[in-house]
Amino acid sequence: MAIITDSRTGPASRTRRPLTLDSMVRSALVVLFVVLMVVFILGPLLWLGVRAFAGNWTFPNLLPDDWTLRWWQVVINDGALGVAVQNSLFFAPLTVLVSAIICLPAAYAFARFDFPGRRFFLISLFATNAFPKMGLFVTLAALFYALNLMNTVLGILVVHVLGTVVFMTWIPAAAFAAVPRNLEEAARDAGASKLRVFASVTLPMALPGIIVAAVMSFLASFDEAQGTYLVGAPAFMTMPTQMYSLVLNYPTQVAAVFSILLAIPSVALMLAAHKHILGGQLAEGFQIK
Amino acid sequence: MTIHEPLTEPPASTTEPGAAAGGGLTIRGLHKILGGRTIIDNLDLSVNEGELVSLLGPSGCGKTTTLRMIAGFLEPDAGSIEVEGQEVSHLGAENRPSAMVFQNYALWPHMTVAKNIGFPLKLRKMSKAEINDRVETVLELVSLLHHKDSKPARISGGEQQRVALARALVQEPKLLLLDEPLSNLDAKLRVKVREDIRKIQQELGITTVIVTHDQEEAMSMSDRIAVMNAGRIEQYSTPEALYARPETEFVATFIGSMNRVEGSLNNGLISAGGDILGIRPEDVILHDVPFDGALPATVERVVPRGHFQEVYLRRADAQLRSFVTGELMQPGQQTYAEIRKAMTFRDGRLVAESGAAR
Ligand SMILES: Nc1ncnc2c1ncn2[C@@H]1O[C@H](COP(=O)(O)OP(=O)(O)OP(=O)(O)O)[C@@H](O)[C@H]1O
Ligand SMILES: [Mg+2]
Repeated sequence: MAIITDSRTGPASRTRRPLTLDSMVRSALVVLFVVLMVVFILGPLLWLGVRAFAGNWTFPNLLPDDWTLRWWQVVINDGALGVAVQNSLFFAPLTVLVSAIICLPAAYAFARFDFPGRRFFLISLFATNAFPKMGLFVTLAALFYALNLMNTVLGILVVHVLGTVVFMTWIPAAAFAAVPRNLEEAARDAGASKLRVFASVTLPMALPGIIVAAVMSFLASFDEAQGTYLVGAPAFMTMPTQMYSLVLNYPTQVAAVFSILLAIPSVALMLAAHKHILGGQLAEGFQIK
Repeated sequence: MTIHEPLTEPPASTTEPGAAAGGGLTIRGLHKILGGRTIIDNLDLSVNEGELVSLLGPSGCGKTTTLRMIAGFLEPDAGSIEVEGQEVSHLGAENRPSAMVFQNYALWPHMTVAKNIGFPLKLRKMSKAEINDRVETVLELVSLLHHKDSKPARISGGEQQRVALARALVQEPKLLLLDEPLSNLDAKLRVKVREDIRKIQQELGITTVIVTHDQEEAMSMSDRIAVMNAGRIEQYSTPEALYARPETEFVATFIGSMNRVEGSLNNGLISAGGDILGIRPEDVILHDVPFDGALPATVERVVPRGHFQEVYLRRADAQLRSFVTGELMQPGQQTYAEIRKAMTFRDGRLVAESGAAR
């Protein structure tokens, strides 16, 4: 058997591209960018992480003098904090659910039907977010006193849902509008009732957008502090409202621990949503219309 | 010089359409106004059972509008639509015995190929096993069994087209509707898929209406062609008849190619006059030597078209185009051109056909 060697591949594969000035500048810029990212985004987070486990920390030192889990014990053993976690985990999902029930049909109507006042409604939804929130809440509180809604679950729920209406309407409306009519018609042609078309085609195709809206609503509810404090305190303390008293009453390490706890659901949710939306059917779906 | 054959060879139609008796599709007095304009104007059409009919016409003439009214996505302002003798115009799309293949296929991207095809059966409350059986049968028919579990976005355009066809066929519709089913495919694939569609349609004997603006597609697939223009049907006949005996100037121009000359033909010579003459390029015959009925002509331009050439000629009486096979002609070359056949149109309608000495 003859062994054929290709003389061209040998030398060619050995030649390297020389490092030009241009490419050096480019990589220097990339490095700079990464460093800035780390300092400004990861830096505070890192500091928070270290802080949560720090005992004494004298000023110029880069690391704490000693490490401890004491602050975590404080948080976990503190009854009030436990209740706050429970409250947050109760209100956030409930808010998403209620908001979805109210807003999704509206979103569908905005996307599919042209009714008088459609534009006005859409714009005014934004307007509710344009006002300073505190002003809105103070007015709301006055109303709530009259309706006996202060310090009630319903009162807090109303505040939370109000904060999510924009997300839950605009994003799903765009998602519904992006579902090609053809795909719905094809389902009708196949024999599906209007309801079935919605359940089998429109909703699944708009789902990524709806999930984004749900995640944003969840986070909005989870982070809502001003209105909750005004309407719910002291009967109902959630994690963010509890943060306020923590910062005032405890060493900063406890606040650090609490911040980390507060961030866990958000981060977990973002990661899950990210995977579902970018890795899933959305990217695929938009290849065909 | 040789005589070139007509370019579009109509297929031997297998089933000569019989009288419309109950079966098939019957449309009467269909009328639709959209945006203040009459889009479909009192349209009548009857398609026999098992027949494949093309709606052929220029862009904007109302083909899609007609098809969407048949499918039930659009409500006609007037007129009746009967499928197998049953009036359907009051029914919603979901209750009509027709199935449609959309121009862009409209496959559901979140379902696999099998789920897409199985969906209509699921709606009919069939058992899982039966759905699976039928889906596999129809996938085999369009030779796509290997893509059963693929998502639509992962398969090629031609394959998507066949999935869309399979999704329609699995419903065993009484009427199959296709809106420009091949326009998103490349030229070669288009020829193959249209043969596939025709074969399957004949095997299953499904009454079929295809919308297209591609005359070659219509000519090669259809039992009959309805040529549409501005919301009306100009002529409804077999591909052969459409080409050989166009009833209007529009049809003659739209189907195939035509020399349009004002005047009348006398002994092979065109003399000025009020009528319109339509002369097919293949009816302009070139001779190397003087020939009875042929006039001297000069070649002005030659456009090679692959297996033939399009030759622009100047005769004493007119400028003509001719389709010629054989060795390439040269501009400036002298030849003798004979008009073997011409159609005469008056007010857009065919009034006479003259075949000169044959
Ligand atoms: N909803 C509508 N409102 C107003 N005009 C419309 C509407 N739908 C269609 N038309 C008009 O009706 C005419 C026919 O449209 P149609 O889609 O049936 O044409 P077509 O024959 O399918 O053309 P093409 O080959 O380009 O698809 C067009 O002039 C179009 O502008
Ligand atoms: Mg069309």
